[in-house]
Amino acid sequence: MSGSNFGSDELAQFRKTFFEECAELLVDLEERLGALHPYTQDVEGLNAIFRAVHSIKAGAGAFNYTGLVRFAHTFEALLDRLRDGKAELDERTLPCLISAGDVLAALVDTVREGKTADEAFGADVRDELESLMDGASGGASPVPAAKADAAPTGPQGYRIVFRPDSELFRHANEPLYLIRELKTLGTLEIACDTSRLPDLAGLKTDEAYLSWTMTLRTDKPRAAIAEVFEFVEDECELIIEPLADAVEATPEAVPQAVTIAPAAVAVPVAAPTVERAAPHPEGKAEQKASVASSIRVELARVDRLVNMVGELVITQAMLAQQFNENDVGQGGHKTLQGFEDLAVLTRELQECVMAIRMQPVKSIFARMPRLVREVSAKLGKTVHLEMSGEQTEVDKTVIEELADPLTHMIRNAVDHGIESTEERIAAGKSPDGTIHLSAQHVGSNILIHVEDDGAGIDRERLLRKAIERGIVSANAKPTGEEIDELIFSPGFSTAAAVTDVSGRGVGMDVVRRNIINLGGRVQVQSTLGKGTRFTLVIPLTLAVLDGMIVAVGEEKYILPLTSIVESIRPERGQIRALTGGYEVASIRGEFVRLVHLARVFGVPQAVGEPWNGLVVLVEQANGTKIGVVVDELIGQQQVVIKSLQDNFDPVAGISGATILGNGRVALIVDIEQLTRLADRPHPTPLPNTDAPSSLTDELANVA
Amino acid sequence: MADPQDQQNPETTAGPSSPATRQFISFRVGDEEFAIDIMAVREIKGWTATTVLPNQQNYMLGVLNLRGTIVPIFDLRCRFGRGLTQATATHVVIIVSVDDRIVGLLVDAVSDILTVNAVDIRPVPDMEQTVDSAFLSGIIPVGESMVVLLSLENLFNQTPSAGLPAIAA
Repeated sequence: MSGSNFGSDELAQFRKTFFEECAELLVDLEERLGALHPYTQDVEGLNAIFRAVHSIKAGAGAFNYTGLVRFAHTFEALLDRLRDGKAELDERTLPCLISAGDVLAALVDTVREGKTADEAFGADVRDELESLMDGASGGASPVPAAKADAAPTGPQGYRIVFRPDSELFRHANEPLYLIRELKTLGTLEIACDTSRLPDLAGLKTDEAYLSWTMTLRTDKPRAAIAEVFEFVEDECELIIEPLADAVEATPEAVPQAVTIAPAAVAVPVAAPTVERAAPHPEGKAEQKASVASSIRVELARVDRLVNMVGELVITQAMLAQQFNENDVGQGGHKTLQGFEDLAVLTRELQECVMAIRMQPVKSIFARMPRLVREVSAKLGKTVHLEMSGEQTEVDKTVIEELADPLTHMIRNAVDHGIESTEERIAAGKSPDGTIHLSAQHVGSNILIHVEDDGAGIDRERLLRKAIERGIVSANAKPTGEEIDELIFSPGFSTAAAVTDVSGRGVGMDVVRRNIINLGGRVQVQSTLGKGTRFTLVIPLTLAVLDGMIVAVGEEKYILPLTSIVESIRPERGQIRALTGGYEVASIRGEFVRLVHLARVFGVPQAVGEPWNGLVVLVEQANGTKIGVVVDELIGQQQVVIKSLQDNFDPVAGISGATILGNGRVALIVDIEQLTRLADRPHPTPLPNTDAPSSLTDELANVA
Repeated sequence: MADPQDQQNPETTAGPSSPATRQFISFRVGDEEFAIDIMAVREIKGWTATTVLPNQQNYMLGVLNLRGTIVPIFDLRCRFGRGLTQATATHVVIIVSVDDRIVGLLVDAVSDILTVNAVDIRPVPDMEQTVDSAFLSGIIPVGESMVVLLSLENLFNQTPSAGLPAIAA
């Protein structure tokens, strides 16, 4: 079936895979580049970067993307020199590497879109790479001496045992080419071992029978030889050992597969017998296992799995409930036990499945050092970024949605948060600013802090601006926290000068909206002169939610547990009606606006008076508290979030739905929309939800 | 666990009938017979109580859990402006797929499967007294009587048709 000519479908599939791999490699590349520091010898990091670039080059070569290959080649060449210690990673090289990474990514993008890159594109970076390379090789570098495993002393040799698996041929690799490549490294003596070759009758065309033992005399490092075999190392048995060692070493010191070492050079034919005895199946299996430690799965499949398990959990709960309701007869006890075991198992299964989608936040954190470096360089500030909790895991979809807001916040912190060096010195602070980015798990949420030691929010100036722009009425007396909240108002920027770094105040309101869309919240704490701290509270996953089930009339609704502060049954005297139909409850001296869920949603037969029902105190994303009046609390439950919008239009006040243990659908209340819904005399569906709830509204509401 | 959306029935599986014939499911709302394309029908189930969505048009009866999918249910009688159906367990919900969405239609009863020669489908007369003609895509004569062919797309079209507010707008 598999002819040598691939159909266009297959080719398209290969190409798709190539670009998927490129995307991953580029992410890895960027991460590794970001971790490099001038004048350090991070051989492992450089190797990883080299491999990424090399893999992209190899793939690009297969598809004839010549521009990409050419650039990758130059990039790779410099990297090779760096890791061999022939060039030094100084403050000129590092930015060049980073911009080379950008160019590479851009080139990949270009070819993915089917365009041909402009010849001149990236040429400047390539020239610089080349110049760095020349400079390095020209100025006889004293560095290599310090390097441990490179820098061979004088010409020496290696013994190479190369025994291809049949896999190697299946992947269309050709030993001849590899051997030719080896020959370019030095003088090569080759002995071919044909002892495994069967009679012609028993010959299978797709088996690998030949192996080679070679002696290479070269002054190149071992890595140069390993590189020749780079793409086949999983598909063959390969032993590369320094010649001198092989001769001098005692038999037990040498790896067991080559106990014939002393005789190896002279009698290569002897090798196979010993090698065959070597436990290579295990060795191979081990190698394969390390390769297969992760698999690439389409996200849609995982989503489907998550959904199915969600159904399973619901069905299990439903069964258990029905069983409990029915009369438990003979043997009921055993069945009950079975149900309990089932419940435990399904819960564990659900956790496992959810864990598949979890990824460390490192993938976005890793972009930040570079961002800080670039932005601070542009602004002429010195800013250090400290990070912690990069390994904290969160759902993949959350990670994707988190990248933009976080980028924005970091950029803001460098631009607006941290003062200029002169101002810092004048204020008696260290001239270098520090931003701390951290992540941690708290319950079923992830907490992300972005903290700077900058000037903090100047409340006086902020309020003045807000009044100027009519965001706050002139006679309002907002509290300090409420003023801080103003930075989340749309179109609000307090930066004295608009810079091209953070733009024109289309910032924090977008950040807040993004975070709210994730079901999370943003808070700000600031001390004038000391710094500002933003806290993002985001659910670990968008698929499940900890909810409180409440009853209103015949209906049941779910309030997100993260928003709930407390629930109380108020005294009659705590409730006061205001003009315009507003009702407030006085709770420990604080006046909280009440919103009747029954009225907002038009539910009949609900408890009318708050003192006969319950008031659930919830906190909106902007920190405003409201009291949601319900009939009663049913209980707390983790629910699987279902979209209403797959089959219907958005419903005002409802963020989603879930399925309860009895199989009925329950609606999840969108706390953020409640006040606005309640403000309408006869609530009708809102066209969209991005109308900002301004501080003045909230202030008026609180009375 | 058949996912309704997986069952993309291509026209070619229409069975023994020739390409010129089409099949419809006919059902009753009040005294009238209506029909919809059988290809759009995912399943037919008895009425069960829905979860009411707040602040919707009155013909939008709420949502049902269909093996994990949240499906909105519409009262066809009410959609035609003839008052709410007092739904009981004997009423029927036809689950259909319209424009990539899965929705349920509450009807009184399902009647038959009609195999109709395409040329026998008559156009809708200009004047229609009982139902807004935008919902109708043709008339199928069956013996002495006739069955009105519904256009699901227009029934759930976002743009309001003359005189009636759009569903779920």
